Amino acid sequence: MTQLPGPTPKKLGLVIDLDTCVGCHACVVSCKGWNTENYGAPLSDQDAYGANPSGTFLNRVHSYEIAPKDAPAQLVHFPKSCLHCEDAPCVTVCPTGASYKRADDGIVLVNEDACIGCGLCAWACPYGAREMDMDAGVMKKCTLCVDRIYNENLPEEDREPACVRTCPANARHFGDFADPESNVSHLVAERGGIDLMAEQGTKPVNKYLPPRPKTDAQPEAEIDVLAPLLSPVATEAHGFLGWLDKTLDKLPGGAT
Amino acid sequence: MHPAPSIILFTTLSGLGFGLLTFLGLNMPDVDGWVLFTFFFVGFALSVGGLLSSTFHLGHPERAWRALSQWKSSWLSREGICAVAALCVLGLYALLAIFFDTKVAALGFVGSALSLLTVFTTSMIYTQMKTVPRWNHWSTPLLFLSLSIGGGALLAAQTAVAGLFLLIATLTQAFAFWGGDRRFKDRGHSLKTATGLQNGELRLFEPPHTGTNYLLKEMVHQIGRKHAQRLRVLGLVFGLALPTVLLLSQTVGHVLAGLIVVLHVGGVLALRWLFFAEAEHVVGLYYGKHG
Ligand code: SF4
Ligand code: SF4
Repeated sequence: MTQLPGPTPKKLGLVIDLDTCVGCHACVVSCKGWNTENYGAPLSDQDAYGANPSGTFLNRVHSYEIAPKDAPAQLVHFPKSCLHCEDAPCVTVCPTGASYKRADDGIVLVNEDACIGCGLCAWACPYGAREMDMDAGVMKKCTLCVDRIYNENLPEEDREPACVRTCPANARHFGDFADPESNVSHLVAERGGIDLMAEQGTKPVNKYLPPRPKTDAQPEAEIDVLAPLLSPVATEAHGFLGWLDKTLDKLPGGAT
Repeated sequence: MHPAPSIILFTTLSGLGFGLLTFLGLNMPDVDGWVLFTFFFVGFALSVGGLLSSTFHLGHPERAWRALSQWKSSWLSREGICAVAALCVLGLYALLAIFFDTKVAALGFVGSALSLLTVFTTSMIYTQMKTVPRWNHWSTPLLFLSLSIGGGALLAAQTAVAGLFLLIATLTQAFAFWGGDRRFKDRGHSLKTATGLQNGELRLFEPPHTGTNYLLKEMVHQIGRKHAQRLRVLGLVFGLALPTVLLLSQTVGHVLAGLIVVLHVGGVLALRWLFFAEAEHVVGLYYGKHG
């Protein structure tokens, strides 16, 4: 059913740390890899080696430049995937019941056998988290690696979403937001985690940690540690060089 | 939003068709036999043709029947149910009226109500989208309903009613243009709320990919917006205002009525194209648009 289940006992989701993300796109690649080989239809590409390539991705990394008035400009890399919203508008618009939010852990999924590919759910999502697969004709979205996190065939340390497992900067964290003692709840409390486009009323589960302000920029003199080594050795020329300097100055067009 | 031809045709034709069926169910015009058959034929052809063309944009049309299942939450599902119910009820009414010369008024009345409900549910599919502020407003159902009733009355040769509802449609459309141009900003959506990056000047430095993707093609459509102003005037004047004036100012003969229908349908197609092409989806913010 595409009615929402109401509050779920577990709220599984991600914390994304905009301070530490280095924009390497490793999560994008690992997500595409895992979700092409596992749950549901593979994530297809169109014209992959041609002039106008495009394809289905469940996770994409944008980059923004932010220029505060009183501090140096910063580059912020911004990974974005489904936020597994509590009031998910993508679920309620679905006419077939293909889109649903799981009552036990809050993960938002698509049953690809029931999806007619009408695309309405992608319209309803403010975040661009759903993409129609052009080969399979069904809607694809982040599954929070539902086929990893409960998978007892995987070693314990691999039972987290592929993007989290891969991130070399440790910018992605997976956990239960319903548990105030979980790693993700602590991170959100300590770092002031925020909702994206809160005015849309979707109540996203995933939270973003804002970049720490870089206000402690060093005074210029201290930054330039090599300056003493590079300063001119002699300010006034003597001997042959001094004579040459003066002679050249006397020529027409020389220093006055 | 991407102005898919199948959706533009569907909403325009089925809107007209269900508008016409609304009047036929109310026994307007009061005709029988082959004349009534022709009226119903046009009504069903438009509404069913529209419905069929809307399935062309589905990834899996063969599963379309599943779309009838989620009426509790989904406007698209409700639309499907209302459409099927309206066509069944009015089909039976038409059968009895044309071939057995019995007009069951109650049946026709229910069919009319279901036809209007179908148009209303169609409009709510767009109206419910908070992600598209231009649509997310009461003027959207008013526009769809007034266009459908006005156009339907025109086809059903009810000139006075047609004039009245096309007048409402003209005013609603003008208001929708005016209000729609402001709503995105008024709702407070910006790249800052989208990213939560608040302190400082913010701009897109690099998109996530060098090529295009489904999101950009489907929801960040911007081609042809430069013609928008001209199309607005053309659609509003020739599709709505001029027909209104003609319908309300004189007795309309067959030739003039035909001309008005052509003007009106052409105008509504242009306006419906704009309805999609001009609609800004908030996801564009992440790609540096609408800012
Ligand atoms: S991020 Fe989009 S797709 Fe995911 S639950 Fe929220 S509205 Fe639905
Ligand atoms: S595209 Fe599939 S999942 Fe999305 S609303 Fe349509 S039927 Fe439901």
